[in-house]
Amino acid sequence: MTSTPGWAGPTAGTTPPPSEPAPRISRFTTAERWVHRTTAWLVLLCVATAACLYVPQLAELVGRRHLVVTVHEWSGLLIPVPLLAGLVSRALRADLSRLNRFGPHDRRWLVSALRRDRTPGSRPAGKFNAGQKIYAAWIAGAVLVMLGTGLLMWFTGLTPLVWRTGATFVHDWLALAIGIVLAGHMAKALADPEARRGMRTGSVERPWARSEHPLWRVPEE
Amino acid sequence: MGRRLVLGMLGLGAVGVAAAPVLQKGLEKGLGAVADKDPTGLTGLLPNGGGFRYYSVVSSVPRKSAADYGLTVDGLVERPATYTLDALKALPQTRIVRDVQCVTGWRVPETPFEGVRLSALLDAAGVGPGAKAIRFTCFDGAYSESLTLEQARRDDVLVALRMRDEPLAHAHGGPVRLYVAPMYFYKSAKWLSGITVTDSVRPGYWEELGYDVDAWVGRSNGRDDAPTV
Repeated sequence: MTSTPGWAGPTAGTTPPPSEPAPRISRFTTAERWVHRTTAWLVLLCVATAACLYVPQLAELVGRRHLVVTVHEWSGLLIPVPLLAGLVSRALRADLSRLNRFGPHDRRWLVSALRRDRTPGSRPAGKFNAGQKIYAAWIAGAVLVMLGTGLLMWFTGLTPLVWRTGATFVHDWLALAIGIVLAGHMAKALADPEARRGMRTGSVERPWARSEHPLWRVPEE
Repeated sequence: MGRRLVLGMLGLGAVGVAAAPVLQKGLEKGLGAVADKDPTGLTGLLPNGGGFRYYSVVSSVPRKSAADYGLTVDGLVERPATYTLDALKALPQTRIVRDVQCVTGWRVPETPFEGVRLSALLDAAGVGPGAKAIRFTCFDGAYSESLTLEQARRDDVLVALRMRDEPLAHAHGGPVRLYVAPMYFYKSAKWLSGITVTDSVRPGYWEELGYDVDAWVGRSNGRDDAPTV
């Protein structure tokens, strides 16, 4: 039996070093993630209690109307609090101004999204894409309207009855719209594990950022 | 731009509150027409989809049938009594068709209720001296209601056994509920099990939480709905 190279000792050949794990880049700070997490739980609580007050089958199942109303009122009232508290974070304020600013590329992103165009380069986006910007602004406005109309219904002595009837009308229909939009928000997150990881751990893979948010200039790059 | 969208939502909300009476009327008409032809019942889940809403203040309500249901009449009366469901059915029945108006805003038009006049049960028991009011208790274990003796003697106040010409379902307070036609629907206590004649009005469950004790439709709770009677 003859020995072959490598049998007794290392050969001269070099194995290539294992490819570097794709370096992760930071997307959300701890403060931002906590703002998102607490807001999300408050919203879920608010939506769940709303369903128990509103859907007859659930109302019949859960009962305890006074308790459910109280939880609904307080969870709803507290929804803006995490974001307001988070304003002390510079990173959060910077992201808010990114969400607020729309550029020419956002129009292109929207047009492609509406046309279901998925070809590379058809959806230019910075740290946030146009859809995320619109969602953020819409949901912020919707929460404020729900808060205002909710307070009118809560403190019944505050305004004349016509206002309260109007507030109930807006509160009910906007709740339906918010339900649909929130379902879309969660469906988008479910469809994109890396985006979810970004919100859960704070960092994302560079290739993901490059393909989903090509115009995002990562500070330490 | 984002800020403008936020402000736009706020503006829309304000316009919605102001325009609600007009929008609501139009929607109710449209939805009502759709709901009539909707076999899935999904339109019932839409706001203003019409119909009754189920409210209960406890987690679960026991079910009672003719076998184990009992309605006691006691307090300041000469002849306290307990009625079974069959005993109530055997008494003269009155049918009343009025709108049902909830204090939260929903209204169900022309709903038939049928049962025994409360005044008949009070007469049978013989209201004693010093009696001023009635306290109603329910077998859900928590709900209670009240009426003055004068209100309780009205001929549109029933101990109802039937609704919409069918036996009263559990979800609607069956087998027996109170029906106070001229007042907001929270006065019409579901799952009625006790009628106690008292010397003063004891506010009921929601009344302890701020609702008006004298709950005339259109003249209480800060509302101006069209009276149901």
